[in-house]
Amino acid sequence: MFRRRDRAARAPVSLRRSFVTPEGIDLRLELASAGTRASAFMIDLLIMTGALILATVLIGLLGIAGARGEIVMILWLVGAFVLRNGWFTLFEMGGRGATPGKRLLGLRVIARDGGRLTGGAVIARNALREVELFLPLSFLGMQATQDAADGFLILFALSWTGIFLFFPLFNRDRLRVGDLLGGTWVVNNVRATLGADLVADRARHERRSFSDAALDLYGIYELQTLEDVLRKGQPDAVATVAATIRRKAGMADDGDDQDFLSDYYAALCARLERGMLVGRRREDKFAAAPPKRSA
Amino acid sequence: MNALVHGPADAPLVNASRFRAAHEAEWDRLDRLVTRMEKRSVRALPEEDILALPLLYRSALSSLSVARETSLDRSLVTYLEQLCTRAYFQLYGVPDSALRQMGRFFGQGWPLAVQALWRETLACLFLTVAGLLAGYWLVATDPSWYYSIIPDAMAGGRDPAASAETLRATIYGQQKGGMLATFAAYLFTHNSQVAIFAFALGFAFTVPTVLLLVYNGLTLGAMLCLFAQKGLGFGFIGWLTIHGSTEMFAIILAGAAGMKIGTAVAFPGRRARTEAAVLAGREAAVAMAGVVLMLMVAGLLEGIGRQTVQDDLMRYGIGLAALAGWLAYYYLPRRSEDRHVPAA
Repeated sequence: MFRRRDRAARAPVSLRRSFVTPEGIDLRLELASAGTRASAFMIDLLIMTGALILATVLIGLLGIAGARGEIVMILWLVGAFVLRNGWFTLFEMGGRGATPGKRLLGLRVIARDGGRLTGGAVIARNALREVELFLPLSFLGMQATQDAADGFLILFALSWTGIFLFFPLFNRDRLRVGDLLGGTWVVNNVRATLGADLVADRARHERRSFSDAALDLYGIYELQTLEDVLRKGQPDAVATVAATIRRKAGMADDGDDQDFLSDYYAALCARLERGMLVGRRREDKFAAAPPKRSA
Repeated sequence: MNALVHGPADAPLVNASRFRAAHEAEWDRLDRLVTRMEKRSVRALPEEDILALPLLYRSALSSLSVARETSLDRSLVTYLEQLCTRAYFQLYGVPDSALRQMGRFFGQGWPLAVQALWRETLACLFLTVAGLLAGYWLVATDPSWYYSIIPDAMAGGRDPAASAETLRATIYGQQKGGMLATFAAYLFTHNSQVAIFAFALGFAFTVPTVLLLVYNGLTLGAMLCLFAQKGLGFGFIGWLTIHGSTEMFAIILAGAAGMKIGTAVAFPGRRARTEAAVLAGREAAVAMAGVVLMLMVAGLLEGIGRQTVQDDLMRYGIGLAALAGWLAYYYLPRRSEDRHVPAA
């Protein structure tokens, strides 16, 4: 479990970005991945298409029934325009800074400079969708209608527009061309729940004691991995980890893996925290163990 | 080695536990308030909660920095990070009310954004006029140019082979079917889409925007020459001016906005390239919102005004008055202390 892997291979590109509040605290925001953003966009697109189809059917029915065909027609024309250009802009200018699709996936648009998201930024980032999406689409449509006579030209046009379409994949911050121009980021903004206090639970019970040698095996990185294992509570993971620790610490199997790990976690946490408070932060098991305390 | 020890009943093993016990109630309250604000709005909160909000937010921030330094409980740090981020967006990220934003947009944002584009606007005007002159000259020297400049679908029978009577009918005739308002709506949505497109294309170092503007001028010039040769020049300009003064102005502004972005990307000056693009993009986008509104007015003038007003002088009057109105709105001096206010 605690086998060392290449750190670079584990996290190829970090999506954490420094974002300092006026109070001087770095919130370390996490940027949304390209996949999540594409999904959010597809959801929005589905809702928009659905709304348009629904409105068209309704208007068709009304148009047959009523004499007010013209008003209905105008409503459709203007409605389609507002839907195409206003859906993203109006939702993102609202207090939530997210379209329904983004909200569903826990995303939010923010200004990169930490300021408030202005209307200008939102309009800029969404007007650029015309180039990013509708331009490639229109060239695709052109290819469908025309023969292969202009095939080379269309191929060129498609690859040119493809630059805009796949722009987010080619930069560190997953910026669309629109984000670049609007000065915006799309970040994860989900609600987290506070997990139970693993140590406090154990403090009230009788617990196993561990030797210094056993507690010197691991550092903070391993401790937090152990925390994940305990919180997830998958039996086979717990069994594997418990067996590994017992083997390394030379302890006998007492048959209760979950309790054993909880106790070990509490003891290790207390020890590492004590070290940290006096300035000895042990990042992982490869860092030097703290010197032995004098008896 | 596996002996069991019994800890003192009320002494937590680690600081994180004490820390949690001391502050968990505050975090929980902030969490509940922020959730309510996210679901509804800040107006959903009673007064004492609003007063408590900044204090709770700051205490959560301070908890976060303490937790990062002293606690190894990752769940705690993650929770506080998320809580602070959500609270930050609710406190700092929420824009003004829609009404105030609208007020600022019409009062300052829009005209100031257009003003800031004056250099690009002049350049775009020059390109359009150059295109217009070139189109006129080309068709005047060789009428066959007309067919190359104007696609058949757009000409709609208005070509050098048509008689003066046919051409006259296109200027003064009534729209068939009488769906004036629909026509206006169609014109508005279509033109706006093209304008937004021209703006967005500006990002590609303005080249496509320039081409669009010159081509727009070319078609105008070619058409003008066609009508002028049949002695209908005055009437054609009137037919065009009633909505064209607004529409062409809007298209020129859209081109200028695109050009602003393109030049900022190509020549960022002392700023970093992305920084220059952001500054230009935000300001030009505000002008673009105005362009869409202008095109709405133009669509109404073209779809309804032009069909119902048949008198040349009236058409000129309306068109020039609209132009004067726009110019006054954009370029008349404003109070200087408003200038530094960022656009809405």
